[in-house]
Parts: sequence; structure tokens; C-alpha cells
Amino acid sequence: MSAPAVAKAPRPRPGPPREYQFPRFYRRRLENGLELVVAPATKLPIVTVAVVVDAGAICDPPGREGTAQLTAKLLIEGTQTSDGAELTERFERLGATIDAEADWDAAAITMTALAEHLPAAFDLLGEVLRTPAFRSREVARLKAERIAELLQLRAEPRGLADELFSRFLYQPSSRYAKPDGGDEKSVESIEREHLIAFYESRYLPGGVSIIVAGDITVDRAEELARRVFGDWQHGAPQPIIGDDLPARTQRAVHIVAKPEAPQSELRIGHVGIPRNHPDFFPVNVMNAVLGGLFNSRINLNLREAHAYTYGAFSSFDWRRQAGPFVVSTAVKSDITDAAAREVLLEIDRMRAEAISADELSLATSYLDGVFPIRFETTAAIAAALSVLVIHGLADDYYDRYRDRVRAITTEQIFQAAQRYLHPEQLQLVVVGDPAAIREPLGSLGFGPITVYDALGQPTT
Amino acid sequence: MRIPIETIRLPNGLFVSLSEDHTAPIVAVNLWYHVGSANERLGRTGFAHLFEHMLFQGSADVEANEHFELIQRAGGTLNGSTWLERTNYFETVPSNQLELALWLEANRMGKLLPAMTQQKLDTQREVVMNERRWTMDNQPYGTWLEKLPALCFPPEHPFHHSLIGSMEDLAAASLDDVAQFFATYYTPDNAVLSVAGDFEPATAIRLVEEHFGGIPRGKGKPPLPDMSLPPVFGQWKREVSPDEIMLPRLFLAFRSPAFGTPEYYAASVCGAVLGLRNGSRLRRRLMRERQVAAEATAFTFDLAKGSDLLVIDVTARPGIGAEQIEQEVAYEIDAVLRDGIDAVELQRAVALIQTSFVSSMQQAGERADRISLFATYFGKPELINEEVDRYQALTVDDVNRFVQERLGENNRASLLYVPRDNAPGELVGAGAAAEAQ
Repeated sequence: MSAPAVAKAPRPRPGPPREYQFPRFYRRRLENGLELVVAPATKLPIVTVAVVVDAGAICDPPGREGTAQLTAKLLIEGTQTSDGAELTERFERLGATIDAEADWDAAAITMTALAEHLPAAFDLLGEVLRTPAFRSREVARLKAERIAELLQLRAEPRGLADELFSRFLYQPSSRYAKPDGGDEKSVESIEREHLIAFYESRYLPGGVSIIVAGDITVDRAEELARRVFGDWQHGAPQPIIGDDLPARTQRAVHIVAKPEAPQSELRIGHVGIPRNHPDFFPVNVMNAVLGGLFNSRINLNLREAHAYTYGAFSSFDWRRQAGPFVVSTAVKSDITDAAAREVLLEIDRMRAEAISADELSLATSYLDGVFPIRFETTAAIAAALSVLVIHGLADDYYDRYRDRVRAITTEQIFQAAQRYLHPEQLQLVVVGDPAAIREPLGSLGFGPITVYDALGQPTT
Repeated sequence: MRIPIETIRLPNGLFVSLSEDHTAPIVAVNLWYHVGSANERLGRTGFAHLFEHMLFQGSADVEANEHFELIQRAGGTLNGSTWLERTNYFETVPSNQLELALWLEANRMGKLLPAMTQQKLDTQREVVMNERRWTMDNQPYGTWLEKLPALCFPPEHPFHHSLIGSMEDLAAASLDDVAQFFATYYTPDNAVLSVAGDFEPATAIRLVEEHFGGIPRGKGKPPLPDMSLPPVFGQWKREVSPDEIMLPRLFLAFRSPAFGTPEYYAASVCGAVLGLRNGSRLRRRLMRERQVAAEATAFTFDLAKGSDLLVIDVTARPGIGAEQIEQEVAYEIDAVLRDGIDAVELQRAVALIQTSFVSSMQQAGERADRISLFATYFGKPELINEEVDRYQALTVDDVNRFVQERLGENNRASLLYVPRDNAPGELVGAGAAAEAQ
């Protein structure tokens, strides 16, 4: 950043970089429509299998938000031949880890096992996907665990700030306005038959991709997939497109009361852009400069120059529709307004003038150079291929990634900031002590202030 | 699977381990200094960690935050962390940038003090105070990492006091403290350096010698007091902590054998039997069958001096009071004590530990860090290759011997979080509790 004031010892110069390629991967498709993506990586005797299903939270039936997550989680809570405890033990005695979840765009059942145990573990995975039992007892238990999670959130400032930020950001009709796991009311309303109906309409081979990364050949992976999934019924789920409309087009301040909180959790942002946007690369690099890196403008300002916080960063949440753009930080209560002001200044500064060549090269050379480090593990390779599948990215996406990053110019960054940062639409959400922050935030003149309780109900 | 390891010791005492792997053009540089919060003096709790922050504020040839900038510009990742017994600093970089990482680490090991200023100290002190607020004071249950060691170790013991430090002690830290701490602990003979990944050994050794070789050996550090403690607490210690929380949560600790001893592995696998993943005893019994817990897990602190702690961490379901959750956990521990664990439980736990080990060894940074751990505590980085064997060699009897010796009522410490203004057992249900806030 700042140029050294005096001549410093010369920095070591790098030698020529060794070439790196994202792991080669191969696609196969079974007759029933199920897609197989295999990336052999033989460094260690371990394999990760990620089953990606077009059954994300965006597919939740209105009023029954949380269905997608409960369905995914219940897959590994019992099949027609094994109850939940037995099934878990069958996986774990193989040393296989199995996790199931649903994010906005897809459900993912992810398993990692030593190569020697993969065939047995893969059979179990097939059982999980094809014959889940949705036993009432397990349905009730997972619903109760989700309710407990929501209850915990009321006293957890970080999670609460994230959740309410989304709620204030999107129109109530948008799926994105509610938590991906559903809220108390919607989760309570979900019954076993809703989960079975969701499973039957979404978990169909045409909507399933099985990603295999690790110590295995393509042919062997296909053999396993055919054996386990080859005779699965045909069919494909209906495409579902969510809405991402913002709730407000004017600035507003939302204070979520946590009396006597020693810190304020701040979220400042607006609705961003979808993952498949043609300007994904310039926006991504622009965000790295603004708040994506440790040495970003926002972190250097709030943490290193002002010591307001332990850390401050910005992000675009990349979804099929437009996810949030958000700046996140936690600051001592008495400087909440000053910290918010600095964030606004940094957003304005990105739009007011072009960044320096130095700032650009920091971001691009980081994203370029760190690329191989992102894919050291089978789990990371499988996750990268999941992104490819979910967003329908081209097969050469990862091969072209570094060139595309290197090609970004300061002019493109400037335009991205102008087009995709909207200071006039920013929503400011603070979980903090209203007695300490309300007045100062009023003086900031950011916008109308509403105070809410921890459930997000207005109290003023 | 065998991790290759080659070691050398420089004349100034720096212990260097090299672990080659040319799968990807990546190399990890990892330094452990054998100093942690245990080495802090009276009135300076939190200093080891504050000092870790200062190490990113530049050195004679590096500007403040330039360390971050240079590594990120090189396409690398980096950070540092402080623990009770050690402080580590690490970078993973493209392999052609190995020298940059070594040079940066050597520059701050050899020439930190010229870059230290009062303003930098004041800024990082504020940053750390905000870190404390963020991780501890404004986070439900956040104080557990301070309260549990305080409950489990006697007041004069080096593991007793707070790692993040009190606000008063942080406020009192001075530049003199920085200089003294640096001279005492940040010396090559009190550090180990591990390099893992894509490099040629001859080149790496030459670069290490070139950059670290000229740093003078230290004058020795004050010895830690005797860390040994009786094998058990001698009683059931209890602390109840009211907090701004919705659900009661119990941390139940047992004094356990020091990291690296044969008995440690029995303790560690016992923790896995009890709380590792969904098939573990506590998750199966308390979450699946009894349905009284929302979360359950178990872990060890991995302390290598004197004794370690095995900790069970269970959060109650809505409607389950603090007293009840403590009783439910105690009932399960008593059952283990009465009946022991069985061969299937042991086999499950060891299989999961093995997968997790192989999985983590895919990353150069994880390899280097694990190598540094064994080099720092035992001078034997090659112990990394014995870990899985040591778990696999355990018998049911080994684990049950640990259970008998350490899980009894004379060796328990409960740190029980209860919702403030709610007597234990009064939380009636999700809706009611949420409204009450």
C-alpha cells in the first residue's frame, strides 16, 4: 500500500512459477439422466463424493420454508432398511463422514472416505438417496433441533444480524427474505408428508449430479454409479426460479435491540447481482479491493487506521438470483456511527475515482496466485465442481479463470463500482444497544431509523 | 501413507523440518515459537497474543501490514495464532515464492524491534480489545475459554489465566514489554521452522541458512514452574455462570494425561467415542434417543505440559433446564464408568480419526503445522507418522483403564451456563423463552 519512506532491503524475487492445472475432470451421463463428474486426484488414498441435487431452499413451498433443508438432513437419518442410529454407525464404522445440507440453490450430500472403503460407502450413499424413510420420530427431532437453532440465534449477535439483514433487504414475497432453514412458524408447519412430497418431486436422476474427486479412476467411478444408481427411475424436477426483489429502494437504518451490548454488529449493503452475471469477474475483483482482502480498503481503514474493530470485510453472496452485497463488522458501541460513516466513505470512494494500478495488481495477483492453493483437498475440488454444476459454468471455466482475472483493468473496476454499488439503496442493520447508538446514528443522517426486538418486530 | 521428513538444526539453534511433496506448486512455511499465554508474567495476561498481533506490524525492512500485502500479492495465504503453550505463524504460497515467505519470517525474527512504535501498540491493543469483545464479551458462552481453564487449573498454575487477557492487563502492556518479550522468546533456539510442499531440499536448506543463519541465539528463557498436577481434581468442581443466552450449556472437563503420552491417545479416543460425529455416544444418547440436547461434542486441549483436559460440551434442548442437562450428561458418563466402552465404539472412533488425519494431510499447511507441533513439544517431527498407528494400537482395555482412572466424580469440573434471570429449569419452551427476551 503506502510506499516505503526509506530505501528498504530488496525483497526476494520469485523464480518462474511452476505450471498448474485445475484437476482434469470427466463427465458421464447415465441413461436415466443422472450426471457423473469425476476428477481423479491420486495424491492420497482418499475420495470425496458430493451429490448435488436441484433441491435447494429456493424450491421450498411458500409457507413451508425449511423443507429443503429438513429433507436433505433427513436423508441421512434413516433408510427403509436401517434406522438413523444404525445408518450412522454403518457409515462411521467405515470411517466415512457423511453430511447433508441444502443451501439456496442445491442440496448437497457430501461423503469423504478412504479409498479402500469407498465401494461399501458408495452403496450406503445410494441407499440414502434412493430409499430414505422419513420416520416421524426423526422428522420431529430435526424440526426441534432447527427450532433450538433459531432460539439460539436470538442471543447470538452475528447470526442475528445476518438473518435480519436478509429479512430487511428483500421483499417479503422473496424466498431470500426468510432464513434458508426456515423460521419458527414455517418449520412448525412442516409434516412428514410434505417432506416426502418434496423428495419425490425434486430428488430425481435428471436433477442429480454425482461429483467424485480423489483416488479413483473414471471408469471405476462410473461402475460404482451404474451399480448403485443405474436402475433409478427416470425423471427430472421442474425448474424453479426465485425472486430477488428488494424491499426498499431508499436508505434505512434498522436497529435490532440488544441492550447493554458492548459491541454493535453492523451489516451495510443492498441486493447484489446473480452468479451468472457477465460482470462477475470485475465485480469480484472490485470487491477484493473494497473489502475482500485483509489489505482491502475497508479493513485497513476500520481496523488498522482507526482500530474500530477486529475485522471488517465485504462480500457478494453468489446465488442463481441476486444475493446480498454486504459489508460486515463488529465495533465498540460508542463509535458505531463513526464506523458506519467510514464504510459509506469507502463505498463512495470506490465509485468516485479509479483505483490505483497497485491496488488492482494486489487483488488480481492474489486471486491468480492463490488459485492452486484453493484446490488442495478432494473436498475442495468437489466443492469447486459443484459450483460448476449448480451454475452451469463452462467446462473450461477453471482453466480460464486465472487469465480472466489477470485481464481485468482499473477501468473495468471503476465501471463495476459505478454500476453495482448503490449507495442510495444501502440498508444499515445494527444489532446493538439502542440507548448508546440510536442518537448518534440519527445524527449520521443516513435514513429513517426503526428499532426492532430480537424477533425482528418493530418496537418504535 | 508416510509423510517424508528431513531435519536439520542451524548453529543458532533453529530446528528445521522439511517435507517434500511435488503434487502441486505450493509450499507451506510454518514457524512455532515455544511461548504462549503460559509464559506470561503476573499483570500481563493476554500479552503473548497481543504480541502476535505486533508481529504483523512490520520489522526493520518491512512496513506495517506489508507482510500481509507481500504474501497476498504473491498469491499466498497467511495468519498466526496463539495458544497456551505456543504461538505460530504460517504462510502457504506458490512454490516459486518460498524465499519471500522465509525472508519475511526471518526479518521479523531477527529485526522486529526497530519497527515497533507506541502508536502501533496502541492500535493493536484496541484491535485486540475488540477481538475480546467479539469472541467473548458479546458472544453467547464466549467466556468459556477463559472460565474453564480458570476452574480446572490452580490459581498459580501457568494454564490458569486468560489467553486473550483482561482489559486492565492489555491496557498496561508497554513497548518495554514488547522488547523484553521479543528478546526472551522470539529467538531461533526457541522456534521450529517447518517447510512442506514443492521445493528442492538443497535449495530450501540454502535459503533457510541464508535468511535465518545470522540471527543470534537467545539468552535462554525463564523456566516454567513445575506444571505437574495430581491425576485427578480430587473433587467435583462446579461453577454456574449466568449469561445472555437462551439455552443452558454444560462444559464438563476431566483432568487427563498430557498430550503425546500413551495415555493421551486413550483419552483422545475416549473423547471421540463420546462426542465425535453423529454416531458418538453422547450424540446418539442425548440428541437422538433422549432428545434432551441440541448439541453435543467432546475434545481435548492437547496440552503437552503436566496435564491435559478432556472436555464434553453439551447444549440443552429448549425446555430442558440446566440442572437436568447436567444430570443427563452425568448419567451417561456414569454409564461409561460402569460398563466401559466396547470394541465397536473404539473401531468407529479410530476409523473416523484416521479419515480425518488423511484428509487434513492433503494440505501443505496442515502438514507443516503438525510437523511443527511434534518438533516443538518433543523435538521429533517424525512422530507425525506414528499418530494413526498409536490410535490403531489402542485396545478396549486401554480406553477403559483411562475411563476408570479419569471419568470418576473425583475428576470432574462443570462449567454450567444458565440463562440470566432464569433459574435453571425454568425455560419452558421456544416461544415462551423468545418472548421473554
